[in-house]
Amino acid sequence: MKITDIFKRKSSSDVAKDRLRLVLVSDRASCSPDLMERIRSDIIEVLSKYAEIDKDGIDINFTQMDTESGSGKTVPALYANIPIRNMNHNTKPGQSAP
Amino acid sequence: MGEVIVITSGKGGVGKTTTTANLGTGLAKLNKKVVLIDTDIGLRNLDVVMGLENRIVYNLVDVVEGNCKRNQALIKDKKYENLFLLPAAQTRDKTSVTPEQMKKLTDELKEEFDYIILDCPAGIEQGFKNAIAGADRALVITTPEVSAVRDADRIIGLLEANEIKNPQLIVNRLRPDLIRRGDMMSAADVVDILAIELLGQVPDDENIVIATNNGEPLVGDNSLAGQAYMNICRRVTGENVPFLDLEAKKGLFGWFRKR
Repeated sequence: MKITDIFKRKSSSDVAKDRLRLVLVSDRASCSPDLMERIRSDIIEVLSKYAEIDKDGIDINFTQMDTESGSGKTVPALYANIPIRNMNHNTKPGQSAP
Repeated sequence: MGEVIVITSGKGGVGKTTTTANLGTGLAKLNKKVVLIDTDIGLRNLDVVMGLENRIVYNLVDVVEGNCKRNQALIKDKKYENLFLLPAAQTRDKTSVTPEQMKKLTDELKEEFDYIILDCPAGIEQGFKNAIAGADRALVITTPEVSAVRDADRIIGLLEANEIKNPQLIVNRLRPDLIRRGDMMSAADVVDILAIELLGQVPDDENIVIATNNGEPLVGDNSLAGQAYMNICRRVTGENVPFLDLEAKKGLFGWFRKR
């Protein structure tokens, strides 16, 4: 052990605990890759009616989000970043895009 | 009516088989009638840890397929009259047995034995599903490492999803010296993260290696691991046993530390 180690704030067991807490949050909230893929393709299908989407730039994932009450608790949240190239302004209600 | 206990972990190499062998032997020492089932078909190991590898004639798959009578496949322990092993098949795979067949088998064994202890294979596939099918209770084994704790958390989720409520935790291979200097999570740290009841903490002990070499589980001897496993056995039977001080036997320094 080096002298400088004494001044380090976190021990490796604390680092392990912090990393575990984070990874378990995402493990517990996430769903199977198969379900994720279905959600993803459904979102693309719906949005494609109204806009031209950059399919390669899509990022859809589950994350943890702080609750609005600010109590420090977190809830699973669906995070989606979907780049839109063009809006299809001529789409009428109840009619799908060509 | 007996109790079916599954020993599981998710990750391999954390001590499921060692724990199964010691738990079974310890419960037999407490005069319980016990049968151990190795459900790790294709990679059996409980037989060598128990030192019974030369006595195998029939196995779990033979019983399920009806190639022999159930009691013909049960191997009696070298020391204890009331301890039996049902070995896994070595030349078959996990799909040779179904969860329904396992449940039927453990239900039958419950009539005859106090404890049926299942050594679960690593992983969460068919072998795991077979092992938990008939279980009344689950003991989750982990070591104080991020990979093992993460897998334990996954297993706990799967157990609860399969209606096996309140799994209990055994933290294995603890090193008090590393914990003291902050380089290993303690059993309390692991409990804090996994949020399940702690059933036991077992120190990393070279005597385990020796016991496995000899094929004689060390439960109940004077080693720290032997004492820790005996305490776990007594807690399984419902006795309230305080946790072992893993810092014991630290000589004069330890004596001062405890003052």
